[in-house]
Amino acid sequence: MIEIHNIHKSFGGKKVLDGVSGIFETGKTNLLLGASGTGKSVLLKCIVGLIKPDIGSVTFDGTYYTNNKLDIRQEIRRKIGMLFQGSALFDSMNVEQNVEFPLRMLTNMSKSERMDRVNFCLSRVGLENANHKMPSEISGGMKKRVGIARAIAPNCTYLFCDEPNSGLDPQTAITIDELIKEITEEYNITTIIVTHDMNSVIEIGDKIMFLYKGKKLWEGNSVEIMETDIKELNDFIFANRLMRDAKKVEDERAEEERL
Amino acid sequence: MLTNFGKYLLFIQSLFARGEAARIIFNRTIDEAILIGINSIVIVAIVSTFIGAVTCVQISYNLTNALIPRSTIGFMVREMTLLELAPTITSIVLAGKVGSNIAGGLGTMKITEQVDALEVMGINSASYLVLPKIMASVLVFPMLVIIAMFLSIGGGFVAGALSGEITPQEYISGIRGEFVPYNILFALIKSVVFAFLISSISSFQGYKTDGGALEVGEASTKAVTNSVIAVLVADFVLAQLLL
Repeated sequence: MIEIHNIHKSFGGKKVLDGVSGIFETGKTNLLLGASGTGKSVLLKCIVGLIKPDIGSVTFDGTYYTNNKLDIRQEIRRKIGMLFQGSALFDSMNVEQNVEFPLRMLTNMSKSERMDRVNFCLSRVGLENANHKMPSEISGGMKKRVGIARAIAPNCTYLFCDEPNSGLDPQTAITIDELIKEITEEYNITTIIVTHDMNSVIEIGDKIMFLYKGKKLWEGNSVEIMETDIKELNDFIFANRLMRDAKKVEDERAEEERL
Repeated sequence: MLTNFGKYLLFIQSLFARGEAARIIFNRTIDEAILIGINSIVIVAIVSTFIGAVTCVQISYNLTNALIPRSTIGFMVREMTLLELAPTITSIVLAGKVGSNIAGGLGTMKITEQVDALEVMGINSASYLVLPKIMASVLVFPMLVIIAMFLSIGGGFVAGALSGEITPQEYISGIRGEFVPYNILFALIKSVVFAFLISSISSFQGYKTDGGALEVGEASTKAVTNSVIAVLVADFVLAQLLL
């Protein structure tokens, strides 16, 4: 479980996060939802420690993280797996070397143990025969899969995903979402996903935190989000014509039932 | 400028803050040394051979006094090569070749979040990425400078002989006369200092890149210009201190 408390962050006088607090539960896909520029990615980076919050604290399973001693923060970081928006695969390494990298750096596994683990992780994300391909030779969806394989390779306890399905076609996006949810439940890890994709919300949103102008405006699950009467959240959800039409049909059906 | 210098010093300090295992740094240093050495040897060979040749021809052109023996041309080529041309010109060429490569590579890693990926894993990205580049440069630059010394003096020999300005015997007599071994040491000290300056300044420029492809280009340009200026200033300071 990850707990954040009163996170504030400003850049050059511009407030990006304004007192965000919340709990992200283990074994669930926790979504940080919001429009572009609302501070989702900044909040994610504050949680993993890539950005230091001005005020506030982050706790991983009861262990204080934000300003703790370096060795304690290092210990927690080694339990973190992260999938970046652009996958952030190392250009100079092939797929196999990318997935092997955290094992080589963070564990004392022998070469054969590392290779077993790499092959297991690659098969887990459906990439059995891509070991020797370079990142420049694979598609965006495959890069995301390799990113997930690299994140889970050292048996991470916490998985962070920054817009995992951005730039992907709808079908591949759903596959990636489902993969993340399966992994979360299978390994009982704490997963936080930054997204502004309503498909992800509907498909995998166990718990959703909606950010608006740097503040937490709403929290709930994928069923509750459809019934909310918060204007800013409704504007976000029903910005899509498809969602508006679905809502209209739903409202008409409810009205007919009422009559 | 002072703020940037302060940031540069903090950056250098961060390389040693929480270093990675010596085995990992050693392996990466060897990899980087091979890359820097192999990728630079051709340009260093071409530049140093022609510089030696041009130096020989120009000294010969200016040495019109019949009382000065022709072997002086060989002596002057050797002295200029050892003291200045081999270490400084080679370093300036390498500032362009290696410096821009380091800054561009690190800048690209920064903007594509590869550096963040290392940090998230709990790896000191500065130490892991930059320290081996600096160590490899410090290791390889003196070797390249030694190669440049031989080729530059050799270039002078060939140019002198082909143009008929100086006979091979006179040239060899000149390069063997009044040899001061300390000059070699001085050149190697200079090459180590220049290697450190070029690799660390270029790494600093690449590592602080923020934005996109445009900023990576800017970082590469700044890396080269700042490195060249640093090399020239250090050249003057070392000459004052060590000669």
